[in-house]
Amino acid sequence: MEQLTFELASTGQPLKREPVLVGVVGSGNCEVLIEGAGEAGSCRFTIHTSAVGFSPIWQAVLTDFSERRAAGGLRIEVNDVGATPAVVSLRLDQALEAWEAREGAGDAP
Amino acid sequence: MSVWNAHQKNRGARKDRAAALGLERQVPAGRIADLLHAVIEPGDRVCMEGNNQKQADFLARALAAVDVARIHDLHLVQSVVALPEHIALFDKGIARELDFSFSGPQGTRMAALVNAGKIRINAIHTYLELFARYFVDLTPKVALIAAEAADRDGNLYTGPNTEDTPAIVEATAFKNGIVIAQVNELRDSLPRVDVPGGWVDYVVVAPKPNYIEPLFTRDPAQISEIQVLMAMMVIKGIYAEYGVRSLNHGIGFDTAAIELLLPTYAAELGLKGKICTHWALNPHPALIPAIEAGFVESVHSFGSELGMEAYIAARPDIFFTGADGSMRSNRAFCQAAGHYACDLFIGSTLQIDLAGNSSTATKGRIAGFGGAPNMGADARGRRHESPAWVKAGEEARQGRDIMPRGRKLVVQMVETFREHMEPAFVERLDAWELGAAMGLANPPVMIYGDDVTHIVTEEGIANLLPCRDAAEREQAIRGVAGYTAVGLGRDKAKVEELRGRGIIRRPEDMGVSRRRANRDLLAARTVKDLVLASGGLYNPPSRFRNW
Repeated sequence: MEQLTFELASTGQPLKREPVLVGVVGSGNCEVLIEGAGEAGSCRFTIHTSAVGFSPIWQAVLTDFSERRAAGGLRIEVNDVGATPAVVSLRLDQALEAWEAREGAGDAP
Repeated sequence: MSVWNAHQKNRGARKDRAAALGLERQVPAGRIADLLHAVIEPGDRVCMEGNNQKQADFLARALAAVDVARIHDLHLVQSVVALPEHIALFDKGIARELDFSFSGPQGTRMAALVNAGKIRINAIHTYLELFARYFVDLTPKVALIAAEAADRDGNLYTGPNTEDTPAIVEATAFKNGIVIAQVNELRDSLPRVDVPGGWVDYVVVAPKPNYIEPLFTRDPAQISEIQVLMAMMVIKGIYAEYGVRSLNHGIGFDTAAIELLLPTYAAELGLKGKICTHWALNPHPALIPAIEAGFVESVHSFGSELGMEAYIAARPDIFFTGADGSMRSNRAFCQAAGHYACDLFIGSTLQIDLAGNSSTATKGRIAGFGGAPNMGADARGRRHESPAWVKAGEEARQGRDIMPRGRKLVVQMVETFREHMEPAFVERLDAWELGAAMGLANPPVMIYGDDVTHIVTEEGIANLLPCRDAAEREQAIRGVAGYTAVGLGRDKAKVEELRGRGIIRRPEDMGVSRRRANRDLLAARTVKDLVLASGGLYNPPSRFRNW
């Protein structure tokens, strides 16, 4: 196991909402947890990965995601279960779409 | 004085040697070794029927057990090298040379035997190409084939797995060769005659029915969301755009996902009757929901699929079934159909290079190509028009003032990384090294880049047809190669320009929602769902039953 952390610039503001979890680690499925209340203008990623030595690929995947989406103010945790970048990207998009669809008490910045 | 019938005389001599041992048309299983020693000579060209599905396994075991002092240095000419016994022939020195198409599970052992100098591979063929050579310079002297049943006159009934048998027998029987058939049973009368008795020299009832590999059964439970996403893109971005009605799908989960999205996603897009109506395809269980939904008008098959027999027999409007009710397949005709009569081929591969060349030959593994090079090649002899063929030709022409002609759509569908983070996109194919190790003048490429029209990955679709030059093609390929080294090496500005011109399209450019890329979109999510969809007619092999 390797743990990687990245702090990447992204648009968006911190929001207080119930966290979102997509994917199920128990079924061999890449798991993504999104929580709000981070720093504005950046997104903090924590990656638990079973494949060692792919930090540059993670950096590229997450940088693209942060540039593509408004993920500022989010803390995102990924348990990859050896998932390919394709699966991780898809899961991040799905998790963020679920987060954006969630109505939260703290929506007003 | 010239002798014009030396081969005929040689054939007579072989049969006389068998007759001297008391061996006539019906040969008891216990005397198969005597028969093989009598009719096979050292150095013979032998076709040991190995198909994708059906295997002449009893005869393969018998040949692997012959006395190597009497039978050796054979030249095997067969489409599939699938059984351990096939490889054992080379290990023991019974056979030395090989011309084949596909080795699949034996690919690693075959590579080891090449390195050990025990096997000389002359060429890896496409099926149709190998069958063609049976009638030119690779005619078998002895063919060892498999059929379901024989009658007293040696007529053979193949059942649904006709496969290579007609091509092999025709070439052997009409060029002074010897045909030996293993059958599961003798019957007084056959449901139909697939091979006339006059073309068959010996029949032996095997102690056990011939082995059939369920090669085309894909458990929907193993289809991933990425495969669903790619299948959505193929349906909306290729099938709908070109109006693809006649097609062939490769083997694998990527294309199984497409089949399972026809009754759901494609139906929702209003594509029923407009795409995927006519197929050259093995009877994939994954196609059952689409057939039941009325998507499919016709399916001609290379071989059959274990467990699909009753379903096929109950759908004679769809499949090619005889008066007896069972299907007759025929690999040679179906390969011809896939080459000339289909607008599109789509399949997966292991490696794609910067020019779009692809190969399943990787280091230490000689898997062969099967039918892919034949399906996945523009049919230069094609003349009949269809909307998809004409549109692809127009795109390739780009308004240039040259003779208008159509193009086949050849699509490669891959995730950018395979398991264990092996990249599907590479600067240089392993095929270069493998070709050198095999002593080939050219690397064993499965599908040449200039035949490929589209590459589909989770990142999007690259349409190579309108690319103006090699540099543009390279960027189009890099532009869908994801986070592989090839993908990361893209010229971002050029890729955005290509996207602006529609050469690269992302899911969002096609209106394909990533959020909907969910297994719930599959018309069947388990093998049991397929059984239910078939009304209980599909009877999957036990290894696929987990309920």
